[in-house]
Amino acid sequence: MQLIIESLFNGVAIGSVLLIAALGLAIVFGLMGVINLAHGELMMLGAYSTYVTQLIFKLPALKPIYNAYVIVAIGVAFLVSAVVGILLERSVIRRLYGNPLETLLATWGVSLILQQFVRSVPLAYGTGIAIALLTGLILPILLPKNLYKKNRAHLVKFGTWSVSALIGVISSSGLSATISKLGRASARNVDVTAPAWMRGGFELWGITFPMTRLVIIVITGIAVLSVTWFLNRSVWGIRIRAVTQNRSMSDCLGISTETVDVLTFGIGSGLAGVAGVAISLLGSVGPNVGGSYIVGCFMVVVLGGVGNLMGTIIASFCIGIITDLIGAGRLLTIWPQMPAPLASAIDFFATTSMARVLVFALIVIFLQFRPAGLFPQKGRMVEA
Amino acid sequence: MSKPLLELRQIFVSFDGFLALNNLSISLQPGELRAVIGPNGAGKTTFLDVITGKVSPTSGEVLFKGFSLLRKNEHHIARLGIGRKFQSPRVFENLTVFENLALAVSKPKRPLPLLLGRNINRYSDQIHHLMSIVNLQARASTTAGSLSHGQKQWLEIAMLVGQDPDMLLVDEPVAGLTDEETELTADLLKSLAGDHTVLVIDHDMEFIRRLNSPVTVLHQGNVLCEGSMQEIQQNPEVIEVYLGRPEGGNL
Amino acid sequence: MKLSQNNRRLFKLAIGLIITASIISAPAILPVFRLNLLGRYLSLAIVALGVDLIWGFAGLLSLGQGIFFTLGGYCAAMYLQLNSSAELPNGIPEFFGLYGVQKLPFFWEPFKSSFFTLIAIWLIPALVAGLLGFLVFRNRIKGVYFSILTQAALLVFFNFFNGQQKLINGTNGLKTDVTELFGQMVGSDSMQRYFFWITALLVVLAWIFARWIVRDRFGNVLIAIRDDEPRLRFTGYNPTFFKTIVFSIAGGLAGISGALYTVQSGIVSPQFMTVPFSIEMVIWVAVGGRGTLLGAILGAVVINYTKSLVSEALPASWMFIQGGLFILVVTALPEGVLGWFQNDGPKNLLSRLGIARPISTYPSLEIDGKEEVKP
Repeated sequence: MQLIIESLFNGVAIGSVLLIAALGLAIVFGLMGVINLAHGELMMLGAYSTYVTQLIFKLPALKPIYNAYVIVAIGVAFLVSAVVGILLERSVIRRLYGNPLETLLATWGVSLILQQFVRSVPLAYGTGIAIALLTGLILPILLPKNLYKKNRAHLVKFGTWSVSALIGVISSSGLSATISKLGRASARNVDVTAPAWMRGGFELWGITFPMTRLVIIVITGIAVLSVTWFLNRSVWGIRIRAVTQNRSMSDCLGISTETVDVLTFGIGSGLAGVAGVAISLLGSVGPNVGGSYIVGCFMVVVLGGVGNLMGTIIASFCIGIITDLIGAGRLLTIWPQMPAPLASAIDFFATTSMARVLVFALIVIFLQFRPAGLFPQKGRMVEA
Repeated sequence: MSKPLLELRQIFVSFDGFLALNNLSISLQPGELRAVIGPNGAGKTTFLDVITGKVSPTSGEVLFKGFSLLRKNEHHIARLGIGRKFQSPRVFENLTVFENLALAVSKPKRPLPLLLGRNINRYSDQIHHLMSIVNLQARASTTAGSLSHGQKQWLEIAMLVGQDPDMLLVDEPVAGLTDEETELTADLLKSLAGDHTVLVIDHDMEFIRRLNSPVTVLHQGNVLCEGSMQEIQQNPEVIEVYLGRPEGGNL
Repeated sequence: MKLSQNNRRLFKLAIGLIITASIISAPAILPVFRLNLLGRYLSLAIVALGVDLIWGFAGLLSLGQGIFFTLGGYCAAMYLQLNSSAELPNGIPEFFGLYGVQKLPFFWEPFKSSFFTLIAIWLIPALVAGLLGFLVFRNRIKGVYFSILTQAALLVFFNFFNGQQKLINGTNGLKTDVTELFGQMVGSDSMQRYFFWITALLVVLAWIFARWIVRDRFGNVLIAIRDDEPRLRFTGYNPTFFKTIVFSIAGGLAGISGALYTVQSGIVSPQFMTVPFSIEMVIWVAVGGRGTLLGAILGAVVINYTKSLVSEALPASWMFIQGGLFILVVTALPEGVLGWFQNDGPKNLLSRLGIARPISTYPSLEIDGKEEVKP
């Protein structure tokens, strides 16, 4: 019994990492039909944001509240990835709507650039740029509207962006001066250390549940709940779904489809940032960290189908549990009397990478029966 | 009456609880020209989808030449001799007019015979004949994507004829055509009937009248009535469906 | 308006001549190191031809061609290892000993035969591609779904090959440069010269083969699949088989390409199955011109040669350049360089700059003026 609970917990933990990583990808794909190959790199940005936040919280001024850095990091990572995602949408993806394959290639290009950027630009500069972008985008919202009168609009715009650029430069030089780790460019992996309260375990029924995994499960749960609420209950969520179903009609009804695109993509990217926080707690962070998670995300999207968020959730947990059962060789422990041929077959797949092989094979078999995933779209609008 | 070429028996189609076709039964004799009309949402396109295998019915039976079409793939049904023209013209935009027709005319449709088989020139005469019917000879090497809407409609009709099916399903062939082109299309379809069985769906009453054929009226996924154009126009039910209830006073 | 048929033929002829001339003169001009690089990139042109067939014509964007490429490479490498290890203990390649394997795994047995290997190099990748393709296509999985499935497949194969030390030497891969063929070291200069010639010949043959595929109605069906696959079904064609066949052909070409690449680079390893490499194959075709076979060849050779030159000079910048290339070619030059030339790109550009006479916006006017083309 203990074993079953333990492996179930492990499966759920792996599944929730998959889920948080795939959530943004699935939303953007489901609502906009765009597969963002730079999703993994947005996660990587989120993970680096966590790292930078953590280092900043080590400064003497913030030391007393160091333990809370993870919560702040979630917000920071969300914002950073969302802003980068929005820039990506405005500059590249917007030109490619209706050409999903071309979008795939272009976002791959973006992911290469982001990877190399992290490798060859010191983190302090990157942070400075992120801060500048954030202030530049937020300032206009804070400033009174009547400042933007016809003849001065350009001037004010120029002013806000110069101020933000200045803030960016100051903060980046400040950071590189105070925290030497941020001042150098480095392709080396960095490690995020979890705060003390997250390092231990949580004991129940004689089983130890590692705190980090519990935290990740909680983060994922909150993210899923807020996304569900946002899409189903909030005004903008309903607008987003309206645009998904009938773009031109929504346009006619006065919904700004451009804003909807930006919002959808921003949220999807922001969720990638949150996923970045989660993966930074699990292992070291490097420029390639996103790539190792992205294929898991693809499997989730393919298995879950595009129609429904529920599909994404179920698919993540299924894959998580199977990966854990097979990959960690747990199935043999649970069921020791397994017939020998089956046991040797299971043993063959009993590593994490071989478990992936098995999961992929299972998905391909599954697709033979349900080609459109767990929750396919129905009706006459579906193209034959 | 002889044995019907196509017969639909008690077809139901449900999309998530919405009944697109509701106990639809219809049969067509060989060589017949039949027009099907109906208001929006009457199930006209779904009706064609069921015949051509795009949608499988929830229950019911579709028989063509006495064989069931259920659970057959679209390409099987097409090879059995049912050709379809779509509502909005669908041609292969990056191929030329000639190549479009060549795909339709080509007898071998399996990959290997196509790869190893003889060159398209064998069909050249037939294709030029088709192009002359629909007046597209001068466009033989234009890509279909750069044709006008009306020309695409005609190209698709020519492709349909080139497929040489026993039965032609024609969905709104005159949408977006000029009056003159509409007349020509009506004449073309009439000339095809006899050798082929033709089923035409359209909204354009002038065009339907010109076809001078029996008319079936669909409403809410069911046959409302059948008869000549004259009879249909007198039918109070049809008037109600198309114009709304008199006591409603809307129209 | 497009170039007239004659001009177009001349244009293609000119490009073909330039390519042939440079290939023939290359061994005389280039030092062996460069010649070897050129040979490798020429072999990549063969996999690019396959990508062009499936993506440029049939619209199937595979991000997993690396699987078939690597399979071909392993076939060739194992043959070479088996035939150079007669004096070794147990008569099997050295690496097996490291993992305590005494007997050659059964599936490597037939690779002792050169005849079998020459067939396996293209047949095995083609069969794997055909099987994978059929399972995916028969369920009408297409578009982005197909792309991400191929990418997932690629990673799965990568994991598999990486993890199987006892069967295929895992992450270390198989070396070929110290093996012997016809009594000569495969890595030797003279051997590499031969391989260059073989590669050049095979590129031409692959090109002729690909042209034969896209000639006539088979090629038209592929284009029709890209344009409107459901419509094609209603015309009586079954796209599943066409797609499976062309995917399998592309897999076979990838296998040949991988084998040639392996013998010229001296090693095959799971690194050939990393995600970036397979996506790069697509960008060669995209830059050269999708749907133009010569474009695929040119793209593969030119981009790779540029890559090696840039990486030697400024190692860090290649990723930026490549990333930019992806974005640029997709947004600004979707038909690729060769396609741009064929579709009057230079003329359009000149007329936009006000240098040349603007060309007519309505091509139909001229055609209307013509007399009927044929009786």
